Amino acid sequence: MQTLSFQFSAGHPAQGRALVGCVGSGDLEVMLEPGTSGTLAIAVVTSVNGGEQRWQQLFQRMFSDQQMPALNITIHDFGATPGVVRLRMEQALEELSHV
Amino acid sequence: MSDANAEKINRLLQQRSFIELGARQRARALLDAGSFRELLDPFARMTSPWLPKQGIVVQADDGVVVAKGTIDSQPAVVVAIEGAFQGGSLGEVGGAKIAGALELAAEDNRNGIATRALLLLETGGVRLQEANLGLAAIAEIQSAIVELQQYQPVIGLVAGPVGCFGGMSIAAGLCSYLLVTQEARLGLNGPQVIEQEAGVDEYDSRDRPFIWSLTGGEQRYASGLVDGYLADDLELIGEQIRRFFQQGLPAEQRSHRHAWFLERLQKFDGSVQADAASVRSLYQGEQL
Amino acid sequence: MSTATVQRGLRWFQLLAAKGEVQRDLPDSLRVADTTLMGQRVRYLAVVPDSNNRFPRARNGEVGLLEGWGLAKAIDQALEQDREREDKRALIAIVDVPSQAYGRREEALGIHQALAGAVDAYARARLAGHSVISLLVGKAMSGAFLAHGYQANRLIALRDPAVMVHAMGKESAARVTLRSVEELEALAATVPPMAYDLESYESLGLLWETLSVADALNPGAEDLLRVEDCLSSALTDIANGPVDLRSRLGAQNRAASSKVRELLRAQW
Repeated sequence: MQTLSFQFSAGHPAQGRALVGCVGSGDLEVMLEPGTSGTLAIAVVTSVNGGEQRWQQLFQRMFSDQQMPALNITIHDFGATPGVVRLRMEQALEELSHV
Repeated sequence: MSDANAEKINRLLQQRSFIELGARQRARALLDAGSFRELLDPFARMTSPWLPKQGIVVQADDGVVVAKGTIDSQPAVVVAIEGAFQGGSLGEVGGAKIAGALELAAEDNRNGIATRALLLLETGGVRLQEANLGLAAIAEIQSAIVELQQYQPVIGLVAGPVGCFGGMSIAAGLCSYLLVTQEARLGLNGPQVIEQEAGVDEYDSRDRPFIWSLTGGEQRYASGLVDGYLADDLELIGEQIRRFFQQGLPAEQRSHRHAWFLERLQKFDGSVQADAASVRSLYQGEQL
Repeated sequence: MSTATVQRGLRWFQLLAAKGEVQRDLPDSLRVADTTLMGQRVRYLAVVPDSNNRFPRARNGEVGLLEGWGLAKAIDQALEQDREREDKRALIAIVDVPSQAYGRREEALGIHQALAGAVDAYARARLAGHSVISLLVGKAMSGAFLAHGYQANRLIALRDPAVMVHAMGKESAARVTLRSVEELEALAATVPPMAYDLESYESLGLLWETLSVADALNPGAEDLLRVEDCLSSALTDIANGPVDLRSRLGAQNRAASSKVRELLRAQW
């Protein structure tokens, strides 16, 4: 198990919060909550060690083409593939937009 | 095509699966629309204090959803276990959430508020990483079920795919009404553990048809060990649950029927192994 | 070794209920007797080995189909007989149960339901005002303990290496959690709820009392007196308290159990 944290620049704080997924095999839980203005902070707890670079790259690609709201994101990962992580992140952001 | 057939097909097309829903969605779906209110929700971050010490990732709700709301406009609490997290196993926090919710429901009833409880059981039983705290919590859950059903029916639903095992199968056996689907299994001991303890000749954990024939939902219903055998249809499951709550407390609940079961077990020939047919025939004539 | 262990329950039953009126018409694997303890009416209950048990997987003191339903019957009988009485007899479970019965017959015939029968009866008796005490003199394992003892108002354990409370035997627990027995033992050393020793269990706050005796297997007169004294104090303690299980809460190693309840109540 490893705990990682990442920060990206962001816009205004998001409204509301969202949760998707589950800490089941090959899956993850993503929680979104309003953050501090200008900052997107991500805390990842993952069952797979040594993946810091992969997470960093994955988030960079995800956030490169959009201005994200300021969020505190918590991820509890149980060995999800990058595809599943991306899917869950998109679902969570989608849910947030409906709050 | 007959009208009846057309109706059947239409029904199938509209059918929404219950089994594929997660714990939170299940709880929401079975409470009256708009009445769902979660207690100690994931953002409360009441997670297991014991899993991180063992290098295991927590889930924010510890795999248990507790929601208040109404069923048929009556106050209700729904407890749903998330089978996908650690096999639905109960540790200290998840166990305390269930026990605490049932204790408060019983207290409501002592104070004249007719809160009823629905348990959505999807669990392997005690979480071995929190062994003795899980076991202790299950004893408290059992106590609270017995206390609550002095006033109100407690309904248990085992939908699958995990099923209901270990100490929580005993809790299931305490319920006023117990409902299952075809995807449910119900038994005290997991197949692997029986094989480990008793040998492969006694119980072959890899022989799935054999295990389903003894512990699957259909067999449990045919043997009178559960009260309802339901299709995986969200709407039908909701209807059945409301119907059982409307019935009120059963005339004699299964866990009180020692005289009947002891009498039947006297007739069982212990020198031969049990199979599905022998159990059905032994337990037939059940006057429920 | 294991034979000696499984006879502890029987030994303590014979001593504590020596002058008792033994209840018939129960499975041979149960010992149930009514007697008095320092003036109070008590019923002792024990599950004991029965080499002729019709269910072969329940011959070594395991709690199986007959034992679960049989306990339910014995307890229900006390409930019925004392229904109109103020001085409801206490139920004292002598706990020495190596496990629930693991077998095909058991699963097929619904051992979970049989154990639910026992749990239900013990819990109803407690809620109805019968004092219920568990005296742990040997193993108190998993489903067997849930069915026979864990519904008690007060849990008392002999301070003895053979007294053990756990959810699963080491070998099976290792298999299910995909660890080796050595790994499991190493973890258990740092995680009290996983440990197999009584001190770790005691730290969870579930026990009302632990009791040292000179010989837990062959107790002498002094040991017997000490245990009876303790049981009697437990009865006094119960008489002044609630009928639920809240007295088990409060230990540091079980802080989350209290915290969860507190938060649930606030949000209820």
